[in-house]
Formats: sequence, structure tokens, C-alpha cells
Amino acid sequence: MGSLDRKTVDHVARLARLDLSEGEREKMRLELNNILEHAEKIQALDLDGVAPMAHSVPLVNRMRADGVAPSLPQEKALQNAPEVEDGRFRVPRIIEDEG
Amino acid sequence: MTAELLWAGATALAGMLDRGEVSSVEVTEAFLARSEEVDGTLGTYLEHTPDAALAGARAADGRRAAGKPAGRFDGIPVAYKDIFCTDGVPTTAGSKILEGFVPPYSATVVERCTRAGLPMLGKLNMDEFAMGSSNENSAYKPVRNPWDTERVPGGSSGGSAAIVAAAGAPWSWGTDTGGSIRQPASLCGLVGVKPTYGLVSRYGIIAFASSLDQAGPFARTVEDAAALLSLAAGPDARDATSIPAAPPNFLDEIDGGIKGMKIGIVKEFMGEGNDPGVRTRVEEAYTRLEKLGATIEEVSLPSFEYGISAYYLVAPAECSANLARYDGVRYGLRVEGDDIIRMTSRTRAEGFGAEVKRRIMLGTYALSAGYYDAYYGKAQKVRTLIARELEEIYERVDLVACPTSPTTAFRLGERTDDPLAMYLSDVFTVAVNLAGNAAINVPCGTSPDDGLPVGLQLIAPALAEPLMFRAAYAFEGDLGWINSREARPAL
Repeated sequence: MGSLDRKTVDHVARLARLDLSEGEREKMRLELNNILEHAEKIQALDLDGVAPMAHSVPLVNRMRADGVAPSLPQEKALQNAPEVEDGRFRVPRIIEDEG
Repeated sequence: MTAELLWAGATALAGMLDRGEVSSVEVTEAFLARSEEVDGTLGTYLEHTPDAALAGARAADGRRAAGKPAGRFDGIPVAYKDIFCTDGVPTTAGSKILEGFVPPYSATVVERCTRAGLPMLGKLNMDEFAMGSSNENSAYKPVRNPWDTERVPGGSSGGSAAIVAAAGAPWSWGTDTGGSIRQPASLCGLVGVKPTYGLVSRYGIIAFASSLDQAGPFARTVEDAAALLSLAAGPDARDATSIPAAPPNFLDEIDGGIKGMKIGIVKEFMGEGNDPGVRTRVEEAYTRLEKLGATIEEVSLPSFEYGISAYYLVAPAECSANLARYDGVRYGLRVEGDDIIRMTSRTRAEGFGAEVKRRIMLGTYALSAGYYDAYYGKAQKVRTLIARELEEIYERVDLVACPTSPTTAFRLGERTDDPLAMYLSDVFTVAVNLAGNAAINVPCGTSPDDGLPVGLQLIAPALAEPLMFRAAYAFEGDLGWINSREARPAL
């Protein structure tokens, strides 16, 4: 498996949308390696033919009647938003200006 | 009179209310005053709701006066871990990223307890997003153990445990993803229950690891814990993983005794890692179970040693997905940035604490391209092994017994520099969550080494709570500790 290098920490932090400081990145590298070393134990297990378990309850695709029921009013859904405009969540620019 | 109310327990209080010996307002006022008295020292609450509590108590008294109580426990107050959404009452999950968040609806647990007439005392402190075993990961303040305020109450439901142990609430709700109810119950000398996965609706509970999270009660007695669980258990259309069948009755046969039950002792759980005092008390507990008529048999859970590894891959993987929702858009903190990626990345870096970031990183890594099969995939297979070994054990025995925590309450700061040492606090509890089984912590007195509470864990197959409560009730009654003065920390 190898140990987690700094480049991987940077990559994972980008995937996780965490703007970590320099100090945090180095500390994270050391701590994650320590935890993963412990997790290496399971690499030694023979798990061929063992089915993975995502969930402990054998329930699949529970259906309900497709009826109309009251839902959260718009005003309540927006009450905790950091920024609202015209009844919508406002976010910074996502798509760059063209040309 | 006040002390009598505070330590009576919910079942006894319900009897007093029923006979008109006391009012819900008097009971609720007593717990509000006691909560205020101890909170400064213990750091148990993130939000006090005295007005709502008293309004609820007055309504309960009104219903009782009219001969129409909402149920047996109408008017007995309760407090909730701050992970349960409460309509109109701030809910933070112990995180700065949710500071000031006011939920627009209540969790099913809260809704059902409110409907049963339970006034809400407030919202309780916890490890941030339920990630921790000592309550030192709260973004607001640590919780202290009423038995020794230099020590931790356990976590992540530390506030829920400490407030009941200090008689600031007759009972409370917590959540348990890897031991977060049972371990603090053990460290604080209380009963704590991790119900079968799917027994209690997760609707409105802030998600950490959805395939493991389960809400459960804290109380001083087994009967109270079973009663509080009864108020909220059962199917909920708003949680697709809630078990569709009506839940079993937990109270009808609670005093049926233990005679004839087969109880398995896991040999791997009685090793060197346990404090000598914990070993002593837990071995005495096994002897007591035998004396009460149970057959004790040694059983083996060989994959047990892989449980922590599997848990600390599965739980962070699910957490990294669940916590993606804190993006600075719909609720909670926002730190400005030029574009949406910078805004989101800065918001999350500032809003989350160190442990939450660590688990998000670990989970993101375990799920990322090239590592998925080696980590997350393997961990899910280990989960199958553990569940299968437990199933094989249940072919021979009815319940499994072991310590809940290998140590008594440790000192604040003792494990904060070493995340792995902290994770090992959960060594006896995580297997139950991985397999979706039920388990309970029952106090077995205090350790001869340090005078701090020791807990016995009884593990049961899915939906075997009635049997589990019966065994715990018989053990508790025979030990007699909880009703003694010794079970009241001198705070």
C-alpha cells in the first residue's frame, strides 16, 4: 500500500474541499499514516469470496405511495442560508465569463 | 424533597405524578435548577430551554388534571444530544460550522417524545459531529465527568451521560455510531442502550455514518432506559432504513429473570488491555449472572481484532460523504471566496475541527480511485466476517457479555495527542454497530483501583432487546448498586 506522501495529502484535501494550512497538511500526513498503518492489519486477511456488507438490515428499495404531502415552505427552507436572493440560495460565480 | 425527585428515576416520578404527589412543573423546575447548578462545572449544555420546558410541564399538568395524560410519562422532562434537530431551537452537532443553525423541523425521536408529553430541558454538548470518545472534540467546550471533574465523561454523547449522572435530567437521548452511548454510560455509571439498527428513526438526526448511526437512551435504571426507548422506537416512513415491523414490547417481561439464559463470554475481550479493576468487576458480573441462573459459556470472535480497523475505514468513508453537505450554501458558516470552490474549501477549513477534518481526509482517501478496493472494499468484507461470527455465536448462546470499555474514565488531555489511542477506546463497542446488533451498558459498581464506574456490556442479536433488558434488569436488581448512595457522584 505504501505510505501517504505529501502530494497525496494535497490531492485528497482538494477532493474533500478542505483548504488546509501548511501545518495542518504535514500533521495530517503523519496522523493518517499512523492510522492507516493500523488498518494495514486487514490487508493480511484472506477475504476471497466474502461478500462486502454495506448495511446490516436486509431492506431493499422500500416503496411508498406517490402521494402529495406538505413539504417545507420556501421561506423555511431558506431561513438558514448565508445569502439569499429572490427566493434562492446565492453563491459565488461558478462559470467563468467567456472571452 | 428536591433530592428525592432528582434521584427517583423516571418510572418512580411517573408514579408520583399519577398519584398527584407532585406536579410536572415542580419536577421540571427541580431538574432545571439542578442543571443550572452543575452545568458551569460540567459543561453539559449547549442550549438551555427553560421556557419551553416549563410550558411543556404546565401543559402536561393540565392534561393530567383533565384526566387525559398523553401517556404514562406525560410531564417527565428529557434532554437531547445536540445532534437531534429541534424545530426552532438552535442545533449545532457540537460544530462551529453549524453555529446559529435553527432547524425548520424536529427529529422523529423529538417529535415522538414531545407527543408523549416530555418537556425539553435543553440540548446537550457532544463531540463535534459525534466524532470522539472523550467529548474533548466539542468545538465549544469539553464535558467533565461528575465522578471526577478532571476526567472525561466519554464520548461522543458526553453531555447526555454527564447530565443524567449528575441528576440534572432523569434521562436523555444520545446517538451511538461506534460506542458513543455505551462508552460514556460506562464511564459515568449509567445505563446506555444502542438499539438494533433501524429500530429508532434517524430522521432529523444529523448524519455521521448512516449505516452505523443509531439513537438510544441514557437512564439510571434499565427500566427507565427501556421505557424511554419505547416512546420513540418503531417504523417511520421518513427513514427508509427504519424496520417496518412494530417494535417488540420492552417492558412486559423485563422482570422475567435470567434463569435458563445462555450467555457467552468473549475470550478475546478479557485480555491484557483491560484495567485490572475493570477485569475484577466484570468477572464478578459474570459470576453474578451465573448465580442468577444463567449458563456461562466461553465463545470466540476471532475477527474482533480487525473491528477497529474496519470501523475506522467504514465510518470515515460514510462521514466524508455525509459531511459534503456543509458547503456554505444552504445553512451554517460561509467564508467568502472568489469562486464557489474557494468559498466552499475555506468555509470547511474554518468551520470543521481537527478530528472532523482528519476523518473526512481519511474517508476521502479510502474512497478515492485506486484505494477503494484495498481499504473501503476490504473493510466492508471484514464487516461481513464480524457479523457472521456473531451469528454463529448466537446459535449457541442468547446474549454475549464483555466489558464496555477497557478502562475507567481517563484524564482530560490524556489521549488527545494520539488519535489512534483515542480510537482504541471503542475496541469492545464497534463490532455491535458493524453488525447492526443491539447492546446495553449496565453499571457493575466502581473499580477497586480508582473508585470510578465500570460497565458491563450485554450484546444481543437484532431485535432481541426484550431478552437483553431482562438480563440487564435482573443483574441490576441483584447488584443493587444503582439504588445505593454510592451510585451518586458527590458533585
